[in-house]
Amino acid sequence: MMPEAAIEFRGVWKGFHRHTGRLLLRSQVGNWISGRREVEKFYALKDLSFRMEHGESVAVVGANGAGKSTLLSLVAGLAPADAGAVAVNGQVAALLELGSGFHPDLTGAENVRLNAALLGIHRERMKEIYPAIVEFAEMGDFMDEPLRTYSAGMIMRLAFSVAVNVDPDILLIDEVLSVGDHAFQLKCFEKVFQFRQRGKTILCVSHVSSMVQQLCSRALWLDHGELMLDGSIAEVCGAYEGSSSVQG
Amino acid sequence: MAASAPSFRPIVARPRSRWTGDYLFLIQNLILKDIRVRYRNMSLGVLWSLLNPLVMMGVLWFVFTKIYDTKIPHFAVFALCGLVPYNVFTLSWLTGTTSLVESATLIKRVPVPREIIPISAVLGNCVHMSCQLVLLLLLVALTFGGVNRYWIFLPVVWFLEILFVVGLALISAGLNVYVRDVRYVVESANLVLFWLVPIFYPLSMIPMQFREIYRFNPVAALVLASQRILVEGVYPQTSLLLQLAASSILVCALGFVVFRKLRTGFYNYL
Repeated sequence: MMPEAAIEFRGVWKGFHRHTGRLLLRSQVGNWISGRREVEKFYALKDLSFRMEHGESVAVVGANGAGKSTLLSLVAGLAPADAGAVAVNGQVAALLELGSGFHPDLTGAENVRLNAALLGIHRERMKEIYPAIVEFAEMGDFMDEPLRTYSAGMIMRLAFSVAVNVDPDILLIDEVLSVGDHAFQLKCFEKVFQFRQRGKTILCVSHVSSMVQQLCSRALWLDHGELMLDGSIAEVCGAYEGSSSVQG
Repeated sequence: MAASAPSFRPIVARPRSRWTGDYLFLIQNLILKDIRVRYRNMSLGVLWSLLNPLVMMGVLWFVFTKIYDTKIPHFAVFALCGLVPYNVFTLSWLTGTTSLVESATLIKRVPVPREIIPISAVLGNCVHMSCQLVLLLLLVALTFGGVNRYWIFLPVVWFLEILFVVGLALISAGLNVYVRDVRYVVESANLVLFWLVPIFYPLSMIPMQFREIYRFNPVAALVLASQRILVEGVYPQTSLLLQLAASSILVCALGFVVFRKLRTGFYNYL
């Protein structure tokens, strides 16, 4: 028997309804009267299967609308699959949740507490990691000012700092390594790299970039919801770049 | 490799929340956020929340003592006894109903248990409305010169009321995600409720055949219980309390069950 995978997808389908007017009462009543039950569906993921071991770092590449973000939201447990099985073993934190619940009228400190609570941090643990969050974000005296007085870069730094201090088993990254100025980006990248060295699992969605190629050893190429290629990062990136340069 | 849409479900995927956080810590933070955001930019703060029931009380007092000659003693306090529970109920229900749609970005990005959002919206509202309750209790104590021993039933009655609103808000908030018109239904229902809850008329004026229905409506039951405890200074009746408990617990349980069914589609509809 194979050891337990960190993430496993078996024949996963995920579809969305087309959205024209469906949130209005008259369209619901109309459908009900005309007996139209099945609404046209658009599939973001089609029969997707893959398996990731603990400690692996995998990149998902593909054009816009290939289903990359849908894939991450299934792993994060935000949406159920329509068919197939999704298995995730370990605590997941997603860097696609940057700044969830941030409110401009609350101070930095209040926002950090709320955001961390949303990400699932317990009261006692919050006390332990709070100094680390402030230090990593390089916020110092600003924590008691309302968030609306912050610059965009400061807000992103704070959000990133909370997210990385959750210390999960599986880290999901959605194009967020473009936070703040160059120096802070390097710092974030280093933090993620440390993650990998501690044997954590990383799933990373990105357009091809040198950072991703350094971070990940394996890649999945999605195209219109279908898995085109699953292989080493060099092989997949080469094939993906080749195909997009032909098309575009 | 042309994949076609699945016509059957080989393995049914269980939508399970992977959120293992601290429920109390989160609810506390969400409520604090509600309160802080509401009051931080207000110069008069809590006064606004007190002004609304006081103005309504004044208007009702004018209409029913100066225009219609009501027989109800202490009419102003009597009306406030109905207004405060009514206000708490309607505002909490409406805030709860719209809470999911307003937190759409949150729900699409954090796997936090969805129930938490309407529940903390309702609780936050109750905390914020508690100043109205304090105002009511103060006025009653001033008018009647102190408290009576039946006041110990007030926490019970209010607890049941909160259970009822939570259940109702879970259902309406869930439905509001699928059909956005639900909030207007709630607004209209609240308007109708103002007349169907004995705020400015006593239960004794209601014809016998309708009285039982009134007592099963938890909002009316809460108002009746408050009037009996605060104005008449009598025991709120075991049967009334039992009916209030039965309907509140039932609605609350139903709310959780219905919400569980509704939440699987939230991601697609928000």
